[in-house]
Amino acid sequence: MSSGVYVAGAGALSAIGHSYATSFLALKNSTHGIGPLSSLSSIYKSTLPVGEVKLSNEQLAAQAGLTKPVTRTALLGIHAAREAITDSKLDITKWRTGLVSATTVGGMDRTENFFPDFLKDNTQGILSDVIHHGCGATTDLIAQALGITDFTTTINTACSSSANAIMLGARLIRQNKLDVVIAGGTDSLTRFTVNGFKSLMILSDELCQPFDASRKGLNLGEGAGFVVLVSSRVLQEENLKAKAILTGFANTNDAYHQTASSPDGRGSFAAMQNALIMAGLATSEIDYINLHGTGTLNNDLSEGTAIARLFAEKIPAMSSTKSFTGHTLGACGGLEAVFSVMAIEHQCVFANLRFETTMPEVNLTPQTKFEHKAVNHVMSNSFGFGGNCSSLIFSRSSIE
Amino acid sequence: MKLYINSVGIISPSLQASGEWELPRVDENYLTCIEPDYTQWIQPQQLRRMSRIMKMGTTAALMAVKAGESKPDAIIAGTAYGCLEDTATFLTKIIELKEEALNPTPFMQSTHNTIAAQIALLQNCQGYNQTYVHGAFSFEHALLDAGMLLTDNPAQTILTGGVDELTKAGHAIHSRFNKYRKENTPYLISPAGDGTWAGEGAAFFMLSGADESAVTIADVHTFMASSSEQAFHQLDNFLKQNQLDTNAIDFLLTGKNGDQKNDLFYDQLIETRFSDQAVGAYKHLCGEYSTSTAFATALAYTILKHQTVPVSVLNSSLNTPIKTLLIYNTYGQHHSLILLTV
Repeated sequence: MSSGVYVAGAGALSAIGHSYATSFLALKNSTHGIGPLSSLSSIYKSTLPVGEVKLSNEQLAAQAGLTKPVTRTALLGIHAAREAITDSKLDITKWRTGLVSATTVGGMDRTENFFPDFLKDNTQGILSDVIHHGCGATTDLIAQALGITDFTTTINTACSSSANAIMLGARLIRQNKLDVVIAGGTDSLTRFTVNGFKSLMILSDELCQPFDASRKGLNLGEGAGFVVLVSSRVLQEENLKAKAILTGFANTNDAYHQTASSPDGRGSFAAMQNALIMAGLATSEIDYINLHGTGTLNNDLSEGTAIARLFAEKIPAMSSTKSFTGHTLGACGGLEAVFSVMAIEHQCVFANLRFETTMPEVNLTPQTKFEHKAVNHVMSNSFGFGGNCSSLIFSRSSIE
Repeated sequence: MKLYINSVGIISPSLQASGEWELPRVDENYLTCIEPDYTQWIQPQQLRRMSRIMKMGTTAALMAVKAGESKPDAIIAGTAYGCLEDTATFLTKIIELKEEALNPTPFMQSTHNTIAAQIALLQNCQGYNQTYVHGAFSFEHALLDAGMLLTDNPAQTILTGGVDELTKAGHAIHSRFNKYRKENTPYLISPAGDGTWAGEGAAFFMLSGADESAVTIADVHTFMASSSEQAFHQLDNFLKQNQLDTNAIDFLLTGKNGDQKNDLFYDQLIETRFSDQAVGAYKHLCGEYSTSTAFATALAYTILKHQTVPVSVLNSSLNTPIKTLLIYNTYGQHHSLILLTV
């Protein structure tokens, strides 16, 4: 039996806030969280702009009640996923509850501490630093902390990972395999990703300017975003209030290049179009697009071209909240799904910070300031390396 | 869920070009793949840029596509550690070059979705594309996803597989956890000893929801269990949901890995549930690795399709036909069941 999938709770942790409420406040006040790198030991320390979560591992572990050291990726995930469950007011132990989490770095934050000693002598390096290297170990740590014992899995499709996690969660509910799914993603900043994106020459030395003609690249960020997805039965029997309904989703592949998007954005076009078809919506019914909008030359042109083509009839309000948080990689789909839900809950759209000039190739002007308006349907885009493209559509719940 | 296996593509330490599953040569305590001539499958200029796991994964996928004689509508991969060699290379360069002037190629190729993405590129497949990275469940969850896609639309063909590579750094790190056998022994499983052999491999399947093949994956289940009792309870429920009991299983293919501490569980399983059935093992043919159940599924496909069990798997003849086969694998507290029928 296929049925609606409802968002019953949400949790957010990023450079702009440690909770759903504080994140909303920062988005409302157009206050970004990007600043010079401070947490990592790197040659880019104090200079490279990044979106760091201003909580140390010790603080996060204490909050989580953990005594054994675990990866930062897991700590961020536990924080946001726990907030999502608390927010839903649901007793998850009463239902078939799963956890679908995404991460691209997994335990890399500790593996890169292990590696220098190991490289000198492969009998050296502290083993406890590598036991949680695999991406799945991060999810298992989150599941343990939250007491989730049913289905648990991990997805890594690069920057579209956590949109795919939410999509899988919804499909598991629609096919009646689970009643409740905590879905989203988490990623911490690492030297590995900072240097990786630096080597690709797509990091901006300044604050990023998504969808701007003079954009110079992206700012990396870290964080976690999770939603609690429930079936209509859970919603009714538990008398829950839905923040939004997940009405459409699609996953496609650009099949163009390992890291670059096709110039016409054929993969992103198909993802957006298929999500609209599933939701049964016309393009004119989308009130706000939370863009993937990384701030790189390639992504923004490709995504912009696809949007200009698909939404030719009526261009919706759009913004990249990566201008607030930086690009949180495996977490961004989850985090931005939470921001999309916020837009519906608070009937508003968020600013695309630092936008000045329209890209000459596509005539698109993103939202430049926070604004209250009627928001019934929001599209959230997440695209990644490997041509992975995913779009989600959240709609205002009729059950208020 | 019912997944019809249209075709298989596999690169492993034991399957010969002739189609025979031979006992592999053991280097100390690990098995590595017999790699094919990749130029038969991939253009040389593309091959030059590929790491070993990419070559193994994409070639196994292309083998399955060719044998299946159709294009995939979707691609789903499972890999616990992804492109480990590229990851180690990039980590090494960060340290050696002190973060300056790094070559981006190993970073680009280090992400776990590189393999499914590369297959999509080579097949120009713009459909659903997914990568599961959940340790010992990575391949099983790829199968579950394929099953869900086929439930929605049985007419599709889904290319689904599991791949992990053995690297020097990975082997050195796992060795320090005393996972691998310290003595050089010609046999892995009987008798068991201290530790297992490391392994690797790639196996892909063209799966369809329409009845195009005799061999089907009837169900898949993954669960965590901290005791044998918990695990047996899950097994009994799984079989009951499929209107079966242990007597209905004609062949049990276990994930025994030769480490006596690990294999105690399987001994108990066989003694209490499968004492009258034919039981075989597979890890002496591929070694221990997170997505070894993809290898086991390819082996199970051969057994069911040809109704013969390779002597390297079961050293005795079977009188009855094998209609129902169960793969039982466990790694730590992770347990997985894959049920196949013909």
